[in-house]
Amino acid sequence: MFGTYLRRELINRRRQTIIIAIGMGLAIGLVILVNSFSAGVQNAQASVLQSVYGVGTDITISQAATPPTAGAAGGGGQGFNFGAGQGATSGGTTNLSQSRLTATRTQTVFADSQLATVKATSGVAAATGTLSLENTTFSGQIPGQAAGGTGGTGNRQGGTGTGTGTGTGGGSATGGADGAGGSAFNLDRFTVLGIDPAGDSVGPLSAVSLATGRLLTAADKGTDNAVLDSSYATSASLATGGTIAIAGTTFTIVGTVDSTSTDSATASNVYIPLDVAQTLSSNPGMLSNMYVTAASSSQVDQLAANLKTALPAATVDTQADLANTVSGSLSTASSLVANLGLWLSILVLAAAFLIAILFTISGVTRRTREFGTLKAIGWSNNRIVGQVAGESIVQGLIGGVLGIVIGVIGIIVINVISPTLSGSASTTGTGAGVAGAARRAAGAAGGAITGGGGEGGGFGQRGAGGGGFGAAAQATTNIALHAPFTIEVVLIAVGLAVLGGLLAGAIGGWRAARLRPAEALRSVG
Amino acid sequence: MPSEPVSESDVVMSQEQAILNSPTPGQGATNVYELVNVTKTYNATKRKVTALDNVTLSIPNGQMVAIQGPTGGGKSTLLQMLGALDRPTSGDVSLGSSLLSKLGDHKLAEIRAKEIGFVFQSFNLIPTLTALENVETALAPLHVSGAERRDRSQAALESVGLADRYTHLPAELSGGQQQRVAIARALVKSPDVLLADEPTGALDEGTRDEIMDLLEGFWREQGLTLVIVTHDSAVARRAERRLHIKAGKVRDA
Repeated sequence: MFGTYLRRELINRRRQTIIIAIGMGLAIGLVILVNSFSAGVQNAQASVLQSVYGVGTDITISQAATPPTAGAAGGGGQGFNFGAGQGATSGGTTNLSQSRLTATRTQTVFADSQLATVKATSGVAAATGTLSLENTTFSGQIPGQAAGGTGGTGNRQGGTGTGTGTGTGGGSATGGADGAGGSAFNLDRFTVLGIDPAGDSVGPLSAVSLATGRLLTAADKGTDNAVLDSSYATSASLATGGTIAIAGTTFTIVGTVDSTSTDSATASNVYIPLDVAQTLSSNPGMLSNMYVTAASSSQVDQLAANLKTALPAATVDTQADLANTVSGSLSTASSLVANLGLWLSILVLAAAFLIAILFTISGVTRRTREFGTLKAIGWSNNRIVGQVAGESIVQGLIGGVLGIVIGVIGIIVINVISPTLSGSASTTGTGAGVAGAARRAAGAAGGAITGGGGEGGGFGQRGAGGGGFGAAAQATTNIALHAPFTIEVVLIAVGLAVLGGLLAGAIGGWRAARLRPAEALRSVG
Repeated sequence: MPSEPVSESDVVMSQEQAILNSPTPGQGATNVYELVNVTKTYNATKRKVTALDNVTLSIPNGQMVAIQGPTGGGKSTLLQMLGALDRPTSGDVSLGSSLLSKLGDHKLAEIRAKEIGFVFQSFNLIPTLTALENVETALAPLHVSGAERRDRSQAALESVGLADRYTHLPAELSGGQQQRVAIARALVKSPDVLLADEPTGALDEGTRDEIMDLLEGFWREQGLTLVIVTHDSAVARRAERRLHIKAGKVRDA
């Protein structure tokens, strides 16, 4: 009876059913569209962020370097000191080469005991520490002196900046009796990241995919094995199975890695085991960054606050903070969705619910005698309320189906148009001591993508460090927006449809229940 | 119960003493209805309106009763009391062994579903349901299976001469046919009591006699108690007993 009555009502009161269903359908379709668009924008943001911070990282922890004061003696220049007899002389030419591995200048290293503190904080699912380093190799030739003999002392200082990326610079000159004439020098530089080989589920290396060879594993701890970024390997003519010299130590290249997508870059040129990196750079037991995965995504903010308390000196950034570093049209789209889309959805949804409620109430009022009659012949209030609510819910569900159709059409349209959004995960990014993991990492990514911040010649720029290399460190990424259609979207639609139907049904049913059965007899004289 | 809307037709201001209506002796059967000192008042905006004034009345089982009276005399209110649609302000109304005046809404609905059949002046069929489905609505609260519901409803429609109209909507039927559907709806559950509220008021004379013949036939066949509210003396004359209600007082005519 329930089904028959319901079907007859919906079919015979077609106009009301259609109006309510269209209203609900439009509203639900809009909600689906906004939801999906928003998910697409979030995916795009995540894609930009992932390329920089690694998959699964909820929080990054770093410590900002104290900005160097201008003119401070030894403010940070690197020195290469060659003592007597250090050069290899052959054919009257002395060959000099020295390699140094130092912490990235904008980073402050901190004791890895802090990693234990982080891991002990409740709500942390996983945490790993890394040490960001730069390897700088100075090599050159000094032609033999006409008179004099041995022991030419070279003492050159290269002022280095904070820029990353690769590049060689150098001068070459010939002739001259000043002892430098005819000398040729090269400065080779690349970034090295010491990572915990056992902990690659979080952190920078989790954002990359293996190109050749293998990744570092727990067994690589303490070994001189290295993994290279494939684009760096290509540019430096290196390959898996070859070797690379880092701080004078020869490492075996066990693998190369690609960034996960074309729009991202890995964070470093070379990855080596953390303990080896600490030893070679004379930073035993030190870290420069920590990457944390929260146990629950809903607790990230609380966890960040806890970590901030536990590590007062550290800079704690959540993905949300990092997302703020994403700029460009992606960020515009994101705020458009967050503001306009949300409010528009709420408004249209409220209007649709209101329409459904008003139509249901007017329907109940028009059917006063009908419900009074049914009560008179023994229908209970519950049965009548159920009937009214059932009609409303089915009307809502028809609206839900309509909404899914409208939403899917909208999603298809977005995906066909596939608007390109550009996002930059970066900031001002020039060296000069402005630090923080986000900046550094962004700079690194930028360096690899655009080659911005390549090394210029650096000789003689002593002192006053914090040079401006790497100023163009911006990872501008173009992403075609893809609005995903998920089961979640269907659930939202069904949920809203049932909610709207229940709301209208409850109010209409309440009206019907209040009718006195005697209403049916009003025609009696 | 909150203040109820006042039907102007029921406004009665009488302060007279109650008139005791001694029941007409039936065939020795027990009384199906017992009304004792029933008063029903409504609270109007400025004054209290008495629709039934200290009514005491018995209706024996199986009696055919016609209720007549002027507009606003209390016919409608009396029918509501008999139909378990409303409770008196004071006094007791009982149907069989059930004391209607003291039962809750849910229980009253159950009694209406099982024991009382209603026929209305304007038929009151559900416009979106077919003739057969309209009859089935009366069985919906009784938890009978779908198949049984259909069979009984078809039989009821057949008994009122509408075997060929199962799938017709009310709008596709004449007034007399609609009232036949309504009678089938009232009788399909085999009630103890059939209450007819001006059943011929909307029909022409010829149809009126047809409907009255039908009702009278069922009354005789099924031994149910038939209470007909009517303006029409031709209808009232067919009853065994005629009650007259005026200004909230009931008396045997």
